[in-house]
Amino acid sequence: MAEMWINMGPQHPMTHGLWNLRVKVDGETIVDAEPVVGYLHRGWEKLVENRMYPQIIPLSDRLCYGASMSWSHLYCLTIEELMGVEVPERAEYIRVIVLELQRIASHLMWLAAYGTDLGLLTGFVYAMRERELFLDLLQSVSGARMTYNYMRIGGVRNDLPPNFERDCLRTLDYFEKKLDEYEQIYDGSDIFLMRTQDIGYLKPADAINLGVTGPTLRGSGVKIDIREHDPYSVYDELDWDICTHPDCDCYARYRVRMDEMRMSCHIIREAFKKMPDGPVRVKVPRNAPKRTAFARVEDPRGEGLMYVIGDGTDRPFRLKVRSPIFVTVSAVPIMLKGYKVADVPAIMGSVDMCLGETDR
Amino acid sequence: MDLYSFTEGIVRWLVGIISYFVDWLGFHGFAGWIESPGVIQFLTIFGVALIVFIVGFLIAITMIWQERKTLGRLMDRRGAMVVGPAGYFQNIADGLKTFLKEIIIPEKADKKGYNWAPVIIIGSSILLIGLIPMSDRFFVCDIDGGLIFIFAVFSITPFAILIGGWASNNKYTLIGGMRSAAQLISYEVPLLLSLVGVVILTGSLNLGEIVHAQQESVWFVIPQFIGFIVFLITIVAEVERIPFDLPEAEAELVEGWWTEYGGMRFGLLMLAEYFRGYAGAAVAVLLFLGGWSGPILPPEIWFLIKVFIVFFVFIWIRGSLTRVRIDQILNIGWKRLIPLSMVNIVIAVVIKSMGWL
Repeated sequence: MAEMWINMGPQHPMTHGLWNLRVKVDGETIVDAEPVVGYLHRGWEKLVENRMYPQIIPLSDRLCYGASMSWSHLYCLTIEELMGVEVPERAEYIRVIVLELQRIASHLMWLAAYGTDLGLLTGFVYAMRERELFLDLLQSVSGARMTYNYMRIGGVRNDLPPNFERDCLRTLDYFEKKLDEYEQIYDGSDIFLMRTQDIGYLKPADAINLGVTGPTLRGSGVKIDIREHDPYSVYDELDWDICTHPDCDCYARYRVRMDEMRMSCHIIREAFKKMPDGPVRVKVPRNAPKRTAFARVEDPRGEGLMYVIGDGTDRPFRLKVRSPIFVTVSAVPIMLKGYKVADVPAIMGSVDMCLGETDR
Repeated sequence: MDLYSFTEGIVRWLVGIISYFVDWLGFHGFAGWIESPGVIQFLTIFGVALIVFIVGFLIAITMIWQERKTLGRLMDRRGAMVVGPAGYFQNIADGLKTFLKEIIIPEKADKKGYNWAPVIIIGSSILLIGLIPMSDRFFVCDIDGGLIFIFAVFSITPFAILIGGWASNNKYTLIGGMRSAAQLISYEVPLLLSLVGVVILTGSLNLGEIVHAQQESVWFVIPQFIGFIVFLITIVAEVERIPFDLPEAEAELVEGWWTEYGGMRFGLLMLAEYFRGYAGAAVAVLLFLGGWSGPILPPEIWFLIKVFIVFFVFIWIRGSLTRVRIDQILNIGWKRLIPLSMVNIVIAVVIKSMGWL
């Protein structure tokens, strides 16, 4: 029995960032795995303790640049909770729209990366091409293409630009046609199905016990979504469904994300219909009260949570982030054991790694 | 006129000029030696080797260019387009870049194995090009067992890859080398079996005779369609292209067995891969697609057109499929392709015994 440890990472095409996956193999079969995170640690939580509340928003963008809108939204939500600020209704609808646009962009980046993980460069280029359209939309809203800095405590920075609704709906119509094309290139390929079906099995019970959230959990058939179970913004006023898939494998996670992109298009359309007129921002106090608050959102990757302790000054006393992938990574050994080395990119790609928010 | 006598003519002409000049200078003995048959033969063989390498090199860089442009079109982008007309000289620029890079040998590598493995791979790949006839007049050697010899040379490579993977002293290269050996050796079987049908139909292993037999009847892609498909699949595996590029799978093994090869070694290995791709496509053309036969244009041009069409199919496959897994590839090889090639042999036997072809 010849077993050896293989280091996958910190520099490895599979990792999607800086982290180390130690894999113990017997021949090509994985008998053990050990994720090592911490290569990208920037001391984010300490850094924000030296900044005033509004100054932290551009930092929170940097938590995960695949989903920077979600993270700055989560931060603003937490501080609004702390300060007891009521956000105007129009701002909430705008938030839902940009968040769902960000979700589609993030899932598209995942789809692209998953293509390269499995050796399909065409899928990468196709998905990145459509992601540009959503980046264009978000750019027209915020002026930036990656770190948007658009959310504000008590609303959003500015109202939607003129013609935004028309452009957005046009993009969605185009994008839904393109989604069918992706399904042809991914689902239509027997090799893709061979590579993803029955791979990376994660039992629903294991997923829940390990705290796995997001599409990975819903790919295990568990119908949990923070947007539904602990609604924020105006998600409870909109009519939408949670996308799940019962297969518990990589293919199920792929399916969940594809369905979520369709559902996001639906949510955006509905939000445009119901969006009222009005202000998009309210005034907020400079200093926070002496209490604690937390908020949680459904990030594209899972449940993001922030816990803040205010001490009466204009700076947070402590800000703790619970990031979805940091927790999901702990489920990696269970998902990997018993499969081949060649399945490592397929399985790790299917959980949509983002090391920025994992290591913070 | 074959390639050898063509080169011999050029060499004799050059040697004549040189010996006349040397004679005029007064070195009469040297002039006589330079015109002796041994020297002429040596220079001719050298010239043939040079021509084979240049032709193979031109074909290979054209293939790389074709791959870049076609893959670009498949992916909705433009491919190489800056250096030279339509980016054709981009490969030369890349070659110069790799040529200027430092040669790095891992400290704990087995130097002999590490250095000799690429030599064997590149040498055998160039030998393959020498074995492929491009027409009735453009070939290096016309041997009766040509087909067998080509695949004998093809199967040198797994051995060198295994040595290179082992000698690099790296876990990724080791796994890549083992995978390569497993994949290539198991795909040799259906590959050779898929050729048996053609051999039965023509009764010859000589590539020229196989092409002539197709000129007299039909292209063997029609009676041997299953064999053609099996051959295409196995040859993609044999030249290690997506979807069967597991030995160098970059997502899991960081380029597999050639992780440690850098600079010009990498460049030459890359070139050797295209040499092998050319050889595979050329054998497909010779055996199944009528070789160099075609109207109006010269036979060499027809041959190259067909080769590039077959290579386009390789690129198309690469652009639309994901990589398979090692156990799946072995299952496909042993459980699907070998029975299919057996069926193909039976079809060939029936056709031959009924006298239909």
